[in-house]
Amino acid sequence: MTKIIVDGAELDVPAEYTLLQACEAAGKEIPRFCYHERLSIAGNCRMCLVEVKGGPPKPMASCANTVRDLRPGPNGEPPVVLTNSPMVKKAREGVMEFLLINHPLDCPICDQGGECDLQDQALAYGRDRSRYSESKHAVENKYIGPLVKTEMTRCIHCTRCVRFTAEICGTSDMGMIGRGEDSEITTYLEQAMTSELQGNVADLCPVGALLPKPQNFRARPWEYNKTPGIDVMDALGSAIRIDTRGREVMRILPRVNEAVNEEWISDKTRQIVDGLKTQRLDRPFVRENGKLRPATWQQAFGAIAAKVRTTPAGKIGFIGGDLCSVEDLFAAKALAEALGTKNIDARQDGARLDPALGRASYIFNPTVEGVDRADALLIVGSNPRWESPVLNARIRRRWRAGQFPIALIGEPFDLTYSYDYLGAGAEILAGIAKNQESGEGFGEILAKVERPMILVGQGALAREDGAAILALAAKLGAPKGDWTGLAVLHTAASRVGALDIGFVPGAGGLDAQQMAKAGAQDVVFLVGADEISVEPGAFVVYIGSHGDRGAHRADVILPGAAYTEKSGTYVNTEGRAQMSDRAAFPPGEAREDWAIFRALSASLGKPLPFDSLAQLRGKLYASYPWLGAIDAIAASDTARLAALPGGALGQGALVSAISDFYLTNPIARASRVMGECSALAKARRTAQAAE
Amino acid sequence: MLQDRDRIFQNLYGYGDWGLEGAKKRGAWDNTKGLLEKGREWIINEMKASGLRGRGGAGFPTGLKWSFMPKPDAARPSYLVVNADESEPGTCKDREILRNDPHLLVEGCLVAGFAMGASAAYIYVRGEFIWERERLQAAVDQAYEANLIGKDNIHDYPFEVIVHHGAGAYICGEETALLESLEGKKGMPRLKPPFPANMGLYGCPTTVNNVESIAVAPTILRRGAAWFAGFGAKNNAGTKLFSISGHVNKPCNVEEAMSIPFRELIEKHAGGVRGGWDNLLAVIPGGSSVRCVPAEQIIDCPMDFDSLGKLQSGLGTAAVIVMDKSTDIIRAIARLSHFYKHESCGQCTPCREGTGWMYRVMERMVEGRAQKKEIDMLFDVSKQIEGHTICALGDAAAWPVQGLINHFRPVIEARIDSYTARSDKDAVKVAAE
Amino acid sequence: MSTRRLAENQPESFEFTPENRAWLDAQIAKYPPGRQQSAVIPALWKAQKQHDYWLPRAAIEKVADILGMPYIRVLEVATFYTMFNLEPVGKYYVQLCGTTPCLLRGADEIIRVCHERIGPQRQVTADGLFSWAEVECLGACCNAPMVQINDDYYEDLDAASFSKLLDDLAAGRPTHIGPQNGRLRSEPFGGLTSLTEFYGADGKSGPLSDMTAAHQPACPEK
Repeated sequence: MTKIIVDGAELDVPAEYTLLQACEAAGKEIPRFCYHERLSIAGNCRMCLVEVKGGPPKPMASCANTVRDLRPGPNGEPPVVLTNSPMVKKAREGVMEFLLINHPLDCPICDQGGECDLQDQALAYGRDRSRYSESKHAVENKYIGPLVKTEMTRCIHCTRCVRFTAEICGTSDMGMIGRGEDSEITTYLEQAMTSELQGNVADLCPVGALLPKPQNFRARPWEYNKTPGIDVMDALGSAIRIDTRGREVMRILPRVNEAVNEEWISDKTRQIVDGLKTQRLDRPFVRENGKLRPATWQQAFGAIAAKVRTTPAGKIGFIGGDLCSVEDLFAAKALAEALGTKNIDARQDGARLDPALGRASYIFNPTVEGVDRADALLIVGSNPRWESPVLNARIRRRWRAGQFPIALIGEPFDLTYSYDYLGAGAEILAGIAKNQESGEGFGEILAKVERPMILVGQGALAREDGAAILALAAKLGAPKGDWTGLAVLHTAASRVGALDIGFVPGAGGLDAQQMAKAGAQDVVFLVGADEISVEPGAFVVYIGSHGDRGAHRADVILPGAAYTEKSGTYVNTEGRAQMSDRAAFPPGEAREDWAIFRALSASLGKPLPFDSLAQLRGKLYASYPWLGAIDAIAASDTARLAALPGGALGQGALVSAISDFYLTNPIARASRVMGECSALAKARRTAQAAE
Repeated sequence: MLQDRDRIFQNLYGYGDWGLEGAKKRGAWDNTKGLLEKGREWIINEMKASGLRGRGGAGFPTGLKWSFMPKPDAARPSYLVVNADESEPGTCKDREILRNDPHLLVEGCLVAGFAMGASAAYIYVRGEFIWERERLQAAVDQAYEANLIGKDNIHDYPFEVIVHHGAGAYICGEETALLESLEGKKGMPRLKPPFPANMGLYGCPTTVNNVESIAVAPTILRRGAAWFAGFGAKNNAGTKLFSISGHVNKPCNVEEAMSIPFRELIEKHAGGVRGGWDNLLAVIPGGSSVRCVPAEQIIDCPMDFDSLGKLQSGLGTAAVIVMDKSTDIIRAIARLSHFYKHESCGQCTPCREGTGWMYRVMERMVEGRAQKKEIDMLFDVSKQIEGHTICALGDAAAWPVQGLINHFRPVIEARIDSYTARSDKDAVKVAAE
Repeated sequence: MSTRRLAENQPESFEFTPENRAWLDAQIAKYPPGRQQSAVIPALWKAQKQHDYWLPRAAIEKVADILGMPYIRVLEVATFYTMFNLEPVGKYYVQLCGTTPCLLRGADEIIRVCHERIGPQRQVTADGLFSWAEVECLGACCNAPMVQINDDYYEDLDAASFSKLLDDLAAGRPTHIGPQNGRLRSEPFGGLTSLTEFYGADGKSGPLSDMTAAHQPACPEK
């Protein structure tokens, strides 16, 4: 710690603090445009100038100098920094004037208005009139992709977007071409950005130069109701803010959660918004003569009751979907139990994960934050860039910090960092496990380092030999001190919660894929399950929000709530229970899913023992207390990993569970924006393959 | 008057052989090994004692700069980078070294590189100097051929010399922008700290020196610090290449003793001011980046760092731009404003926005199409740039304008008056309020 | 500097000639391993010279591929440095220094000749022979005014000598590179005022004078 005097107040700060951080620690607000704590320091906007006593007679950029750089006074006094001296005020006013001379006066029609750093700072440091009587610049707008709209005349060249795409995304999509006052921010020849995190550049842009394109001219920031939520597009559980106006979700932004998504979200998380409004199931349907026709809730329940009454319990199955909240599945499970069936499963993909083997066998044990401390990484059957782009950015950051060997078994893919490609088959993993003992190759690296991470994707687990692969990975990632390297990366937001509450077949029960087989079941309840196709024969009840695969197959549709329309608990891939608030109401006659099960249970004559969400949660927490510890990761018994049952390895390449990042779930498939992104990405891959 | 034998650049005009043989005849590469054998410390002390101040414009003591380099480290090599990106308007001295006496530079690289423990020297030549670069490369090739440099050279100090080039960007003369450019990026100056001596080229300790600073080093070491320090006023030692351009009868480059009075320099070598001394209007004494000095102040001023500094100007690169009374001084400075606007890298706000603003106002002032209160505004704008930028280009853009306003305000006002009196003028624009 | 864009009409592809590719590989080898990006300016320059003195998109991408750089990074370099011509130029591309030292010595006259003989800036003449642009200081201020035509400096110009130079180029006659007024380099016109001990007052008669070397082409290729 080093002493420093900021505006007369002495304080102790770490020597590596920038002056900007030190001033903030002293409670002083420092204006900035280019500085961003998660990006490299550019020091180019010159707005954060402060005066340092005893230095050269000019202000210093507080973002670019550290406390350590300052010299103490002649008698060893702490260095003195002034943030509100006349020199500082004059300098900042000067910078502000320069920023404004070529900035258009179009705040009234600018979407950034109301949440614009330039607008805010201009209030503090701007003049009330312009001295600039020359012609203002105009800059051509650029196409940079379907998610971000540009209004380049507004650009102040802070280069946050350039640094973000280069450093965080690793795609180097953006750059500043030209020179001097003619510098322009653009992508290479106006091609679309390629990162799955590109939407974040609009958040980073301190002015209205980069704006979210789908939200163009839709609303003003002060019109929004802001609701904290949890994202369900992947299993990371990113913290989001759902902005609504009236009943409509207008946009989704990241919330800061250092432990999970920091302050980034993927493009799917952000721009799924239009998918929430299209293909919605807003009333019950019942299939009659092969055609689905609108029905009342009573008619729908009646149709189900008629069918269930004549079906033996063993012929009734429940398949849990990927976007369900824990509460949804808990209610579904309760209904299944009430009906006496053991055929329940939330593993549509057939992942060989079994809660009976202990929680450590199916979560991301090192934790998401643990990526920062890991010292080697083996990726098995996963494409983290698509399965969890934000997590992938964290891996990339760890890789950039150096001393982080990475190897991959499975599909080779541009993950935005370099890795050793070891091969595609499961036998490679067995080889590494052997190597670990003999001290060769990547196995030797894993054996030597203190905190190896074995990232296992669902692509590796949803195979016949999934359990064997898991056991091998668990061996490589066995506990070392307080570190457990086995890191199961889920793709479904609901999955860990489902496993936590035992949404898997009971003794003798069928799993999801067995239930889907022709003739296996007479009645199948698809609880938001759209990634599995139930073969002809069974009577299918679909409970969910979107008219997607599940609804098309259904005989009865019960319209449910999308994730923004209900309060729900989601357990992310690392086992962190998080709760999302309701931001909007389900459309039409649609209802929250737990309430549907409650009502249906009454129609079936087996009323569930809760009448409110609070009661439901009471039961939930009584059975699974760790789910009540919101934002925490419950400790798991990692010692049991040693006892995972192995087995024979199969043939064939390990492939990622995701073949199209943009279209992984019913909401995404309903989104026009995601469709456009998907088409662009496909065209790009085709073009690359052609080369 | 400096004697010819005390001139370091004895082939400045290219009338002799630029090659290794010619250079050796003039004393280059003469027992360089003996110099190195005296050791690093001796070389650095000798350079310090010589009083040599960097010839690239800032005038930082060269020996002191070399002493900042950390001890050599096998894992992290040190580099010498020679700044041959000579682009400051008025300055054309390094070009003559590159094409007429390149061996002085190559030898200087070895000596300086040895003194700072560098493993290689990268010489960054401005892109337009295509022939000069070829000539320098030829000299480097000769030196490799003769085993004067390279892996197992006769000096027992493995040392590589690599000729690199730019492609048209004045800003690459700024040392950290040069390093960026050398690393294959846009020439955008880096934030300091860290300074190049800690984190320079490829993140390694680096010293960036001007061509002239390096080229004079071997001669200084051979002839002794005292010899070099014997020229010029105190704290302004040595001999110096002056580039004399503009309204003199015979523009030329010449090596002279520091602190030579302006009048003597011009009379002796440049054939006097065009139209006689009474016709002298003003002088930009150190390249475009320093403030101009009116005739009466400069005529008897010693040409050195401190004397010109006292006139609120500077020796800079000793590029003396002479302007006689036929000069439209507003246009001359406006053209410099255009230069800085054109060469601003665009990285930081005050320079990117301010240089264009100043240029546009200056362009109007050339015509007189302005208001008198805009003179103060222009001055204020220049002050808003000065000292607020990452590198010194902002200062360099501000100073010529400040010099003009300080010394020639009446000329600007008269121009405005005569424009205002014109019947065909456009309405003078008023700032949008 | 003005807004810089790639030319509208672009060639399909760009390939370095084998000699230039070998040359580029040798350049890359000059830099430490992994620092091949350092060669981006030399590589683009070579590409430009190979491609009639202007840089097509395909060359930018080729250089990026060779050096392992994202395309945008190479585009940044190509648009930042003004010696890279992004559009076709004349067979003789005149870069005219218009900065103050040349301005003081009559660059206006040279500009006038350019307008008269060649036309507006950055437009290639119909016969493809000439185009011109006013550029910033080319570092030959003691020989002002001056122009650079392709690789070569022509100095100490006036309207007459510059016109003649353009005539000679158009007619394919040999030209004298360097000062057009009889000076060798940047010595004072008409006789040396220093170094006379070594070269005599005329530069040619001293003990160190070596006129063969002095007139040796500065560029070995020429």
